[in-house]
Amino acid sequence: MLKQMEGSVAVAEAVALARPEVICAYPITPQTHIVEGLGELVKSGKLENCEYINVESEFAALSVGIGSSSAGARTYTATASQGILYMAEAVYNASGMGLPIVMTVGNRAIGAPINIWNDQSDSMSMRDAGWIQLFCETNQEAVDVHIQAFKIAETLNVPVMVCMDGFILTHAYERIDMPEQEQIDQFLPPFNPRQVLDPAHPVSMGAMVGPEAFTEVRYLAHHRQLQALEVIPKIAAEYNAIVGRDNGGLISTYKTEDAETLIISLGSVIGTIKDVIDVRREEGEKIGCIAIRSFRPFPIAEIREACSKAKRVVVLEKCFAVGLGGMVASNVRMALSTQPLPVYNVIAGLGGRPITQKSLHKLFNEATADTLEGLHFLDLNKETVERELERERLEGCSGAVAENILRDIGAVAASKV
Amino acid sequence: MTQNANQQVKFYQTGTYTVGNRLLDEDQRTVQASLDRSNALDSGHRACQGCGEAIGARYAIDAVMRATGNQMIACNATGCLEVFTTPYPETAWQMPWIHSLFGNAAAVATGVAAAMKVKGKKEVRVIAQGGDGGTTDIGFGCLSGMFDRNDDVLYICYNNEAYMNTGVQRSSATPPGARTATTMPVGPEPGNVFGQGKNVPLIAMAHGIDYVATASVHDLHDLERKVTKAMTFHGSRYIEIFVPCPLGWGSKPCDTIKLARMAAECGMWPMLEAEYGELTASYKMRKPAPVTGYLKLQRRFAHLFKPGQEERLAGMQQLADKNIAKFNLLEEKGDE
Amino acid sequence: MFQVRIHGRGGQGAVSGAEMLSVAAFLEDKHAQAFPSFGSERMGAPVVAFCRIDNKEIRSREPVLEPDALLVQDPSLFNSVDVFAGLKADGYLIINTTKTLEQLGIEEAASKLAPGRVWTVPATELAIQHVGRPSPNAGMIAALARACEGVLELDSVAAAIRKKFPGKVGEANVIAAQAAFDSAKVTQSTK
Repeated sequence: MLKQMEGSVAVAEAVALARPEVICAYPITPQTHIVEGLGELVKSGKLENCEYINVESEFAALSVGIGSSSAGARTYTATASQGILYMAEAVYNASGMGLPIVMTVGNRAIGAPINIWNDQSDSMSMRDAGWIQLFCETNQEAVDVHIQAFKIAETLNVPVMVCMDGFILTHAYERIDMPEQEQIDQFLPPFNPRQVLDPAHPVSMGAMVGPEAFTEVRYLAHHRQLQALEVIPKIAAEYNAIVGRDNGGLISTYKTEDAETLIISLGSVIGTIKDVIDVRREEGEKIGCIAIRSFRPFPIAEIREACSKAKRVVVLEKCFAVGLGGMVASNVRMALSTQPLPVYNVIAGLGGRPITQKSLHKLFNEATADTLEGLHFLDLNKETVERELERERLEGCSGAVAENILRDIGAVAASKV
Repeated sequence: MTQNANQQVKFYQTGTYTVGNRLLDEDQRTVQASLDRSNALDSGHRACQGCGEAIGARYAIDAVMRATGNQMIACNATGCLEVFTTPYPETAWQMPWIHSLFGNAAAVATGVAAAMKVKGKKEVRVIAQGGDGGTTDIGFGCLSGMFDRNDDVLYICYNNEAYMNTGVQRSSATPPGARTATTMPVGPEPGNVFGQGKNVPLIAMAHGIDYVATASVHDLHDLERKVTKAMTFHGSRYIEIFVPCPLGWGSKPCDTIKLARMAAECGMWPMLEAEYGELTASYKMRKPAPVTGYLKLQRRFAHLFKPGQEERLAGMQQLADKNIAKFNLLEEKGDE
Repeated sequence: MFQVRIHGRGGQGAVSGAEMLSVAAFLEDKHAQAFPSFGSERMGAPVVAFCRIDNKEIRSREPVLEPDALLVQDPSLFNSVDVFAGLKADGYLIINTTKTLEQLGIEEAASKLAPGRVWTVPATELAIQHVGRPSPNAGMIAALARACEGVLELDSVAAAIRKKFPGKVGEANVIAAQAAFDSAKVTQSTK
């Protein structure tokens, strides 16, 4: 059914359609409307057979989820930013124990300095924890992918995190086609755990594994992620067959067939990039983009195939590895190691800085002229940076960087009045 | 116990088959005295000789199994109990058991309880368990959260007063003056600092939860009674069991039960019960023993008996005296 | 595509206003996207909200930098925020005020706009009168329906208001919206 609604509320309704049995949530901007929405659905009785638990921290939230999932209940939680770090121990524990928990990450920057706005550092901080990571471009995709996530998780016994840009998607009102409960019941059978805590068949879960077996256990986790490369598109196809929408899978491509320049990115910025591509295509430029939908497992074969005829690739990412460069770009470069192809690494949108079509046009101009640096920070204010570096050079105790820059920007802005 | 006109004679529990069991009617015997006890913590585990926690856990879990008709699930924190009961690929546990992390046993138990509720399995009960480190320190946040929500979980803390599995480091349950690897008996104030520490049973009472008790491995009847009673409630419950650790305390393995009794009899380990935040019962002594007898049997307190430590040694007695006063641990004269 | 930018202060419902615009567009079978620009949640702090309306899927997520319509819910913002940034020459400017452009000190900026594009509406006063709260958002979006020909019908705006505020509050806001629709007027500088 078509509705105009806030992204968070749409996700809450989608999760409810999957018939979760235990939801445990700790609020953190920008995921709050999701957990509030689900709380209301449970309390009002609209979402039946579901325990909604208010926990005291993110660490508790995922820990409660580990307990309920181990005991056979379909389990959901949501977090962002500082929260995913606070539960980091439990994130590794959940995947290590093979529990099919689904978790929304409302992508938000990580402090210090504290920042509530969107970037993808939070999901990226857990990229190697053994979870499947799926990224959504629109709220419609978020709805469809959340539902598929439960099936993917329960098929593989691997937890899944569904990543959506905080504020940009979570707090945006847009048109959503919400599937019907009958369709989802047809698509998603009840949770049938591989192993469960049950007095009738007692097992011990969570043993210590020593050097003699640890490598094999970890290898199998890797193997399961490789299996996910097949399971994810398969489940997207099953969903499409019932609901009639092709949202999901490993990557999506836009005007890539004859493209010489390929932009690779994740999440909501893909929409803005598509508009920029259309304008440039009108002018005859052969440019296209690839949205990575599954970041873990990383779709090496699909990326290679999609980039096989391109002259250059620009990876635009909302995160970076301090002291090195891009995280996504490193992964893309690894995938393209068989193809000698320039890969430009652009860091953009950190801490919620808007990525504008104007800036993208300027960026793509430089990329297609091959005048772009290998590592480029989009819209970086070089004067502000220089002034701070100068301060540090001149003064022994020059003060905290963040505060200095804020004061600097304030001072400069005020002087324009 | 038998009674005469003036005075109760107490029989001390020294083993499962001795006085106190064979002389009792069957329905008054302990779970441990029964041949068909569940042995939920089976033999073959890797605990040290004389481990108080192994005894305490077997007593407690068998009592829960009896009380629930074997319908229980246990969530264990990282620690000695978890390590010595599950040396991969073996397990000593005969009932469903999960170990997740060090600090989240209470939260995992909350989750298991929620799953049982949503699946309509009302008869399956949940316990969380861990040592003092995993309970009073790193697990404290989750413990308090569980108490806040009044989740239907019995949390059992096996208190051996330090982080034993990692090599005997100080926890907030370590008593003042005690030697640990991070409170060494050196300098002018050897051993753990005075004036620190946390009383989690009192904190549990402050949360107003259904039932709180302290118990000890020297009194099997009392421990089983408390665990059984706890299982009659359906909100949050907390039992802290005193479990001497020969390795960590520098005591003889054969002294474990004796030390537990001495701790109770000198006031260092008050045995209490509370419901909904109010104290309902405490173990009363006829005449408290001086703490020195208890302390002398443990090398972790040896330095307190050296010259120059008289004030601190006296401080230990003051702690015991304070407990006796605060919790009313003395029998009143003329009690029957 | 028609792009709207709403400037207000926390507590005045700028964000809800943008959301209601998007719902109104949806009810007319159009695609619409509404989202806020976030600052700290604080009553009185400057807030900006955006709404895009189109006949096809809206993909771009950048802030509205070149609005077709600019709604100013609080004229005190003229002194502290660059409200006019990017406003197209033939764009609409709708101001919540009973004052003249001169009194607001914006006659120069307003003179750059095409004739018939600058509107004022006493949205706060009408809200106090009909709803009992100084919440100008319903009146502002009704004024947009009036001023910006062909973008949205008042009926759709009213339906969107009722969806957002069910019951008596919604009805009162709809009355305020109707009153705003009727009393919104083109404003010229007196020079």
